[in-house]
Amino acid sequence: MSIDKTPAPAATEPAEKTAAAAVPAVDPRLLVREQGFAGYVGEFKRKMKAGDLGSMPVVVGLLVIWAIFTSLNGNFLTAGNFSDMSVAMVGTGMIAVGIVFVLLLGEIDLSVGSVSGVAGAAFAVMNVTHGMNEILALVLSILTGTVAGAIHGFVFARIGVPAFAVTLAGLLFWQGFMLRILGDNGTINLDADGIVVNLTSYYFSDVAAAYGLAVVVTAGYFLSAFLGNRRREAAGVPSRPLSEIIVRTVLLGVLAFVVAIVFNQYKGLPLAVVIFLAFLLLTDFVLRRTAYGRKVFALGGSVEASRRAGINVELVRISVFAIAGTFAAIGGLFVASKIASANQGAGTGEFLMNVIAAAVIGGTSLFGGRGRTWDALLGVMVIVSIQYGLALEGIASPVQYMITGGVLLATVVIDAVTRKTQKTAGRA
Amino acid sequence: MSATPVLALRGVSKRFGAVQALTDVELEVHAGEVVALVGDNGAGKSTLVKTIAGVHPIDEGAIEWDGRPVTISKPNDAQNLGIATVYQDLALCDNIDVVGNLYLGREIRKRGVLDEVEMERRSRELLDTLSIRIPSVRIPIASLSGGQRQVVAIARSMLGEPKLVILDEPTAALGVEQTAQVLDLVERLRERGHAVILISHNMADVKAVADKVAVLRLGRNNGIFEVKSTSQEEIISAITGATENAVTRRAARTNGEIQK
Repeated sequence: MSIDKTPAPAATEPAEKTAAAAVPAVDPRLLVREQGFAGYVGEFKRKMKAGDLGSMPVVVGLLVIWAIFTSLNGNFLTAGNFSDMSVAMVGTGMIAVGIVFVLLLGEIDLSVGSVSGVAGAAFAVMNVTHGMNEILALVLSILTGTVAGAIHGFVFARIGVPAFAVTLAGLLFWQGFMLRILGDNGTINLDADGIVVNLTSYYFSDVAAAYGLAVVVTAGYFLSAFLGNRRREAAGVPSRPLSEIIVRTVLLGVLAFVVAIVFNQYKGLPLAVVIFLAFLLLTDFVLRRTAYGRKVFALGGSVEASRRAGINVELVRISVFAIAGTFAAIGGLFVASKIASANQGAGTGEFLMNVIAAAVIGGTSLFGGRGRTWDALLGVMVIVSIQYGLALEGIASPVQYMITGGVLLATVVIDAVTRKTQKTAGRA
Repeated sequence: MSATPVLALRGVSKRFGAVQALTDVELEVHAGEVVALVGDNGAGKSTLVKTIAGVHPIDEGAIEWDGRPVTISKPNDAQNLGIATVYQDLALCDNIDVVGNLYLGREIRKRGVLDEVEMERRSRELLDTLSIRIPSVRIPIASLSGGQRQVVAIARSMLGEPKLVILDEPTAALGVEQTAQVLDLVERLRERGHAVILISHNMADVKAVADKVAVLRLGRNNGIFEVKSTSQEEIISAITGATENAVTRRAARTNGEIQK
């Protein structure tokens, strides 16, 4: 038995090479995206069928939640409520951004709630009790989170204790640490005009701020997409059709302006939202456009492959947990800012679950290797919408827990089913 | 074919505790030559490959690279010499696309940022020169078939412009069509002047692409054959270590039945 090595493909090769000088030879079975807008629609349909749902379920879910609460209570979809929700979600959202990093590795960090409480308490103690300079206290309290996360990462990566166990220990330890430094009185009120309180209480009341940001975001998106496309065309690799970029830009622009109008109807553009968006942009950039981000994804895909590719697995793991700790601390400061105090309840109870739920509901896979930091935004919008909607209805927290639990379950079911569908569709 | 072999093993021995895994093994690979390394399970194929790849340093003997004696004590040494190894478990990240996997750990950067356009352009170029057909360089590895993953893994090893490529059972677990694709690729590597060591259990594959067959038996050389002038039976008897074995008995029996 010998294998015939001059089959049809080899014979047709020269013809193909000449005919397709610009377009490289492609597999005939390939579902190539047709050029132009029709191709875009086709691709979208195919992705949906193949279970490549992306952010679709959570966006649809969010719209359904909003529709339900609006029909129940006219106050839900008001500029004031919307603006309040936007500010309230930043604390949880920031911590969820850190959780997305950890989930990308396929690991979990249970300590972020406690660490966020420590950061708020540490700031209050340093700034209020000991009169330390505000900015120094802010930086130090954030670094507390970084160090805490790095310790978890070290024990996990170097000693090999499962992340679940390490961070469970961290959850208890840091909660105790927070109670210890808060001392006997338990609650420390923050300076009402201080930086930290202003994080959530400051609004850019000039209407130009919100509109200006909307313009900058939209134009920035268009420029980066357009210039990126030009580079791709120049290099002769497939690029998106211009129509697709325009459609995406218009959609983003409409969304940005609607949000800006809503903010301006109330107190203006909240500082907290600007900071949150800036961190989301930054982390998204780090994950998708830098070698570091590629390493994080690689570890989520296959640790062995990463190791063989020369990636320092331990270092990446430790750094990811340090990032999670850092974002936990930043989030903790926003939480303290919202209530203008550091108290014993910070970061305890259902808070941790809400954070993890936000990351997962947003679409970050629990199985590692799939997710974006924007997921944290979408997920936390769902969580906060449910909280506010039920609070408006005067429904007590037991029901709130049950509903959030149900939403979380639905999300992980979608995650698991998506993985299966993608496997069978061959596009995991 | 050049006179000096790219890689030459001279009397290589390797022990693991009480087990003598390799004894006085000789092997030569020239540029533009495919040497199939065959042998039964436990014959020492994997150990031999791992000594070349730097996973297990040799105990005795010498390794010559382009005629110069070299020591290979860790995987990096082998890589720096220009030896690329594609192991059976391909070590690709399922969730990352083809371009990302090709450049994993050696990403092209421009001012600190991943230069995706350049990586994609070069990936296409590389896959084109190797005539590798995959649906798209921007789909995750998970979407590819086993054969496609194998060729991506081999292409990945080609990025460092190695002089010697070691393929560990590249066609195991592949279908007929996919096997043919991988064998085509092996031939292309030879045409481009790479030296190739191919570990295989499949005699048809060996006959199809190899120039020489080096047989290992119980950790020792048991013959090096020119593929063109050697029959499959001869290779098999070298692998099993006897002219009288299960395979020949079966052949004789069926021949006998035909004669009846």
